[in-house]
Amino acid sequence: MEKVDVRGLSCPMPVLKTKKVMDSGAKEILVVGTSQVSKENVTKLARSQGYEVIMKVDNKDNWEMELRK
Amino acid sequence: MDRSKWFILATGLIIGAIAAVLVKLGNPPNMGFCIACFERDIAGAIGLHRAAVVQYMRPEIIGIVLGALLTSIFAGEFKARGGSATFVRFIMGIFMMIGALVFLGCPLRDVLRMAGGDYNAVVGFIGFVCGVATGVFFLKRGFNLGRAEYSHSNAGGLVLPLILLLFLFLLIKGTVFSPDAGGPLFFSTEGPGSKFAPLGISLLAGIVVGFLAQRTRLCMSGGIRDFILIRDSYLLLGFIGIFIGALILNIAFGFFKPGFADQPIAHTMSVWNFLGLYLVGLTATLLGGCPLRQLILSGEGDMDAAAVVIGMIVGAGIAHNFMFAASPQGVGIYGQIACVVGILVMFWLGFSFREE
Repeated sequence: MEKVDVRGLSCPMPVLKTKKVMDSGAKEILVVGTSQVSKENVTKLARSQGYEVIMKVDNKDNWEMELRK
Repeated sequence: MDRSKWFILATGLIIGAIAAVLVKLGNPPNMGFCIACFERDIAGAIGLHRAAVVQYMRPEIIGIVLGALLTSIFAGEFKARGGSATFVRFIMGIFMMIGALVFLGCPLRDVLRMAGGDYNAVVGFIGFVCGVATGVFFLKRGFNLGRAEYSHSNAGGLVLPLILLLFLFLLIKGTVFSPDAGGPLFFSTEGPGSKFAPLGISLLAGIVVGFLAQRTRLCMSGGIRDFILIRDSYLLLGFIGIFIGALILNIAFGFFKPGFADQPIAHTMSVWNFLGLYLVGLTATLLGGCPLRQLILSGEGDMDAAAVVIGMIVGAGIAHNFMFAASPQGVGIYGQIACVVGILVMFWLGFSFREE
């Protein structure tokens, strides 16, 4: 599984970094981040690209999600 | 359209409508809200520049930050954070203000000016879109100002809101420290700085906008950026909402006057309207948010965004003291040079902060 670390990154880096990994053809991606905004944006991107989103950790200031296609 | 999209569209409509009402109640024409102009007025109110016509402690700015602060606390999102090239962001804030004052408005006022029939604002808008597109070019090449880190104490995130509360106190109390020179708050007796809606209404309007913009993550540059980058129209809907909301009320109030000439607090030098907002769009995209978004983020505890806000206030002082700021007569030679220098600096930063 590919891992993307978007902790502490401001808009739109979390989306860009995740999309880069998606574009490389990854089917399973683990994304870890901090802000709620990046969580919302990465979730939105994942759904728009046909990934299933599974929240592994979902706290206000840190989260982890698994994306599967 | 899903619920979040309706919500941000409604947010835009409300903000556009509030802006038109604030003009009706006394704010300068096509300036119900202008983050850059109002921060510039604040710079004047605390004596950072001596342009006598643009000095007022704008309660809207204070309200926006306090609204975002309260909302983020209730949402559990308030968290002090910073350390992503903070000083560079401060300098970028200075240049973002210089660009805005060459155009005479931030991206939010650009929308409001378009909704008032100001065609110069359309020229500025095209410049803004080009600036955002240039920023996206750098983002795609790997531009990154670095990671911010959560602070072990939330105190740092409260510093800017507390400073603004002090300003609000000074505004309400009206104490003058130096009877000869006036101040600490200086107030325009004529010009845009002398035009303002009643304090309580302005403050409340700011708080409402702070709440709505915090919840929806409304951002002018983000709207165009996301559309170019990932064809996402969410933030763009907020932008469109503001335009429609202000347009309807501007027509109803009789404020809508289409044309290039004789627009309020605007000039007709198209090249500089274009390049001024080009600089703002480029800088905002590299910073991750427009001047409004920087205010909201600083209310949420983002100390890097607070550095941008203070950079913009300092930038306003510089812009007026050094004759960079435009006037309705146009942009002077120094403002033209400063704007081009700003664009070159952003190109340099855009290439330099490239991450492999």
